[in-house]
Amino acid sequence: MTAAVVTGLGVTAPNGLGAEAYWRATLSGTSGIARITHFDPGRYPARLAGEVKGFEAKEHLSSRLLPQTDRMTRLALVAADWALADAAVRPKDLPEFDMGVVTASSSGGFEFGQGELANLWSRGGQYVSAYQSFAWFYAVNSGQISIRHGMKGPSGVVVSDQAGGLDAVAQARRQIRKGTRIVLTGAVDACICPWGWVAQLASGQLSTSDDPARAYLPFDRAAHGYVPGEGGAILVLESAESARDRGVRVYAEVAGYAATFDPKPGLGREPGLRRAIGLALAEARVPPGEVDVVFADAAGIPELDRVEAEAVTAVFGPRGVPVTAPKTMTGRMYSGAAPLDLAAALLAMDTGLAPPTVNVDPSPKYGLDLVVGEPRRIRSRTALVLARGHGGFNSALLLRNPNT
Amino acid sequence: MFVFEDLKRILLDGAGADEGVDLDGDVLDTSFEELGYESLALLETAGRVEREYGVKLDDSVLTNSVTPRTLIDVVNAQLSARAGVA
Repeated sequence: MTAAVVTGLGVTAPNGLGAEAYWRATLSGTSGIARITHFDPGRYPARLAGEVKGFEAKEHLSSRLLPQTDRMTRLALVAADWALADAAVRPKDLPEFDMGVVTASSSGGFEFGQGELANLWSRGGQYVSAYQSFAWFYAVNSGQISIRHGMKGPSGVVVSDQAGGLDAVAQARRQIRKGTRIVLTGAVDACICPWGWVAQLASGQLSTSDDPARAYLPFDRAAHGYVPGEGGAILVLESAESARDRGVRVYAEVAGYAATFDPKPGLGREPGLRRAIGLALAEARVPPGEVDVVFADAAGIPELDRVEAEAVTAVFGPRGVPVTAPKTMTGRMYSGAAPLDLAAALLAMDTGLAPPTVNVDPSPKYGLDLVVGEPRRIRSRTALVLARGHGGFNSALLLRNPNT
Repeated sequence: MFVFEDLKRILLDGAGADEGVDLDGDVLDTSFEELGYESLALLETAGRVEREYGVKLDDSVLTNSVTPRTLIDVVNAQLSARAGVA
């Protein structure tokens, strides 16, 4: 079967714009979590977020695109441009049906949608932008990336909350196995606006702390919720043959993947995450002892942290593998979180350094070997990324370094 | 009176302009499609013109082949008809 490999990445993260800036910040433990500036959060119970700073859309995108795009789409378009440049792909040189786009989304263009719903409510239908017809649609990032680069091959959008960021990459891999040469994949979400915020508050899982260093503490005794973030990463996924023919650098192969769903609550049955990990490793034919680092979902909710720690220790043994959660520096970015973790995993394998989990004093009860304080030197044969979505989604994706 | 400068301002506000398209050039008789505006851009532009000038633009005007001159003429015909009634 055709192997699917990553040949390019584009990053828009709260602690760094562009893969280089993100990686520098992440290795140095620099967090992007702070009090919200997109709107005045004073009257809301949760007031911290990981916002992407210093992003001026008009520096990157034409004035034709600005009136028709939500922030999440602007970030996604720029991340896609960077990923293509990194992979040295010039879409104009390739047959348009050989290239597809599969992204994940968790909600859609909420800031744009809020503005137009406000126009509808306060001024009337004739004041609603014609672009509302698609700008707030959850599939819009795939569509706009596809239009911008003339990519007419198999495309789509995957929606399974945070797990979707891995599920989209798996769907992209399916298309490559079926013969598409290049698929842009990953996800960018951005819903830090009042409407997006109240929707997120409804989960009851947001941290209400005002201290950026104490608000999001997965696997810590003081864990009490998470901080949302915005941004994500877009990856160029390509058939191994195509990458070889083009003579480009390969970051890693998507060697294993599995998705499971949790059983109905109250039945006392085991949650699905351990099985997802086991199935992903089995597909890649990689034994647990050859997994060099795990990027945790890191919910920051005690019960969910326990479930994840039990799944990881069941597969790898107590303190059996280095585990890290660089999302402690970005917040949980919904569908954008796992693609950003994939970018971090690719860069970790590239540099032989696992980035740290910040602010966390690991609770010994979880039995995890959490990378804290500073980056840790690791072997870089493989990296496993975990992601879970609200309502019971579990996904695991194993990356394999072709250079070891 | 609705002039090209008004239309240009509304176009730029509502839909922007493609790189490589010079709205200050001789574009009065170039179709909106050739100027890089798809049907939604035209719909958005028409909506803004209707709001600002209190006119009603029929869907039959808003075809792909419509040019800035045609649109300006339709708006001005309505404005002068209204002035004539008043």
